[in-house]
Amino acid sequence: MSEIDLSALTPALEKIIPLGRSGLLPALHAAQKIYGWLPQEVAAEVAKTLKVPLADVHGVIEFYSLFYNEPVGRKIIRVCTDPACALKNADGLLDHLCAHHGLEAGQTTPDGTLTIERSPCLGLCEQAPAALVDDKAETNIDLDADSYELGRPRSIVGGSLRMLTANCGNGTTSLASYGEYAALKKARAMKSEEIVGEIKSSGLVGRGGAAFPTGVKWEGAAKAEGDQKYIVCNADESEPGTFKDRVLLLDDPHRLIEGMCIAAYAIGAAKGYIYLRGEYPYTLPVLENALTEARVAGYLTEDFDIEVRLGAGAYICGEETALFESIEGKRGFPRVKPPFPTTNGLFDKPTVINNVETLFNVPFIIEKGAVDYRKIGTEKSPGSKLFCVSGDVAKPGVYEVPFGVTLRELLEMAGGVVRTLAPGASAGGGTPQGQAEYHSAPQLQAVLFGGAAGAFATSEHLDLKLTFEDLRAAGLPLGSGVVMVFNETRDLRDALKRLGHFFAHESCGKCYPCQMGTQRQMEILERVARGVALPDDATRLQDVGWTMTDASLCGLGQTAAGAVLSAMKLWPEMFEG
Amino acid sequence: MSIKLMMDGKEISVDEDATLLEAARENGIDIPTICFHEATTPNALCRICVVEVEGQRVLQPACIVKAANQMKVQTRSERVVRARKTILEMLASTMDLSDAPEVLTMMDEYGADASRFPDAHRRESQVKDDNPMYVRDYSKCLLCWRCVQVCADDAQYTYAINFDGRGYETQIGTFFERTIPETTCVLCGQCVGVCPTGALKVKREYLLEQGMTPDQISVLSMGRKKRKA
Repeated sequence: MSEIDLSALTPALEKIIPLGRSGLLPALHAAQKIYGWLPQEVAAEVAKTLKVPLADVHGVIEFYSLFYNEPVGRKIIRVCTDPACALKNADGLLDHLCAHHGLEAGQTTPDGTLTIERSPCLGLCEQAPAALVDDKAETNIDLDADSYELGRPRSIVGGSLRMLTANCGNGTTSLASYGEYAALKKARAMKSEEIVGEIKSSGLVGRGGAAFPTGVKWEGAAKAEGDQKYIVCNADESEPGTFKDRVLLLDDPHRLIEGMCIAAYAIGAAKGYIYLRGEYPYTLPVLENALTEARVAGYLTEDFDIEVRLGAGAYICGEETALFESIEGKRGFPRVKPPFPTTNGLFDKPTVINNVETLFNVPFIIEKGAVDYRKIGTEKSPGSKLFCVSGDVAKPGVYEVPFGVTLRELLEMAGGVVRTLAPGASAGGGTPQGQAEYHSAPQLQAVLFGGAAGAFATSEHLDLKLTFEDLRAAGLPLGSGVVMVFNETRDLRDALKRLGHFFAHESCGKCYPCQMGTQRQMEILERVARGVALPDDATRLQDVGWTMTDASLCGLGQTAAGAVLSAMKLWPEMFEG
Repeated sequence: MSIKLMMDGKEISVDEDATLLEAARENGIDIPTICFHEATTPNALCRICVVEVEGQRVLQPACIVKAANQMKVQTRSERVVRARKTILEMLASTMDLSDAPEVLTMMDEYGADASRFPDAHRRESQVKDDNPMYVRDYSKCLLCWRCVQVCADDAQYTYAINFDGRGYETQIGTFFERTIPETTCVLCGQCVGVCPTGALKVKREYLLEQGMTPDQISVLSMGRKKRKA
């Protein structure tokens, strides 16, 4: 092995040393920035500096997809091949890129300039097909027109309401344009119980997928005994088909910071974390800049400050306890619950962890009051909701609507269902953007609701009201607001195969049902997609699916078969050999 | 203080701190376990001990869930049996269970079909024979985590081993695949002691199984000592 110069590493690690083990991910990110990958000597130096056992450092590097323990190209292109991008011929794009550079996915050019990888959903679904080129988003890639956009992704925002998205698409994120933190000012004149009471009466529930009442969480943490408490923002948005938090973070970071300041004040937290998914690196400078502005303006002080932590490629870290483990510098294994985060969260201290969109609601509720807030939406689902509409619609994007609009209305806002030319119908094998064939009455085949961990809806659900109560009654999860549309020409077995691959790739491997179940599920779904299902594959899929749903340790495993089981119910013939 | 709960339709009484697994065992009800070990922190990861608790959406791991007053528990319901049987069938399609007699017994009991999943990608790896004390055959490893736990905070505080990969591709590993003598391992043997399968095996036992005679083995170990001297 060639000699590696460690002199550049020391200054980079210096400011991370006080974080101890919790600084492991930041240290590995810093080291990888210098060396391009993590050679053994570098990993050993990080271990020594942070006083973490060598084997543990190795375990962490191995866990996260974005850390490399062998050399990779100086430039890395990660092409998303998950369902939304696949509808826009992502496979063709990947094949084209690989052929052009003489590589296979996962390989590096002999001169070490380029690595091309297949990536799980990058949260750029409304601008598919997409890739991440180092830390830039490459979107709307059109091979035929040889066009693409590169840099910070655009925000495409629509809907019938602009409450959470009021500042989105304005082109500025400065504190000057956001204005003073008026809601925080109002909150500071209130008692902790009053704030918690207001959040509780607003009926706000978590927008990350689990829909847990936010006020109850806050109350639990506020009442919990503890010398130190934390507020954590879960910005590890990685549910396939979800991209709303990316838009909120990029376009209105101060609303998030204000929401976190209010939460911190309400529960008595002195420290906050924003855990940002590793595939959103272009968001980091926006957040850092906003945090600096908030410090200068005196909103963030020694009494309460916020640190951004960058993930490193692990969907499981969106699970709250796995996210804590990750901040603590460990493999992202979910913990057994109880105890719950409100009493034993980050660093085993009382913690409130909320999704980005959830926290965006907070300044509104405090400023306008719960009564006014409840005027939006329905009685049981107050407020507005951001839907991530992607796939076969004319105008994919983030749509903000009050709870209670129907699926039909939402799809109409997004320009309706479109039928695209079949892949391969044009030169280069791509589906040309902007040349969609607007069928006179394109048929909706299915909508994937809630994400990979969601379920399928059909045209029979078009008049379903989008509320927690109506969706629950229809057996559909609202999840993270994913509405991925498939027209009648699509082969859903292909989408299912990709979901299967996604979960097998993202299972942490801790509990048996998910560790092996996601693998077996993927294998069967691959056979189904190739049309070579074996006799009894449908029964196997059911047994694996229900075992994961019923016996897995965390939410990932418990929902990893959701979409598959819903498809089996709707289209049993699809799974027959 | 003791509490009363219903288990499989029978009222039982246990200490209030008891887990459902303890409650079952004290009352002669069999709940199978794989990853659970008295000496290690329970992680509830094998999920073979799951039971159905009335009012709970999903099955609950008996090894960590505490018994509670008035709780109604089913240890052999249809859902429980489907989960256990499927987990066992997946294990059989994943790894070499030939050295895991307890799991094989469970498979018989639950009528689990070892060939339930045809064309399954199995976890296979080469035997690692790199130290004088024990050999590692991760084709037989069912990832119960006990070895990693006793090597770390549950016993030895040595931290020689951790994990390679993730998900299905997880394997117990050392820092950049270093051999055991190149790690912090002190050859305490605790990992071998808690291994429920033949994945970790005392070297002598391994060599005997390979057909070597005790005499050949002593010559081998003498030879090693001589070389060191």
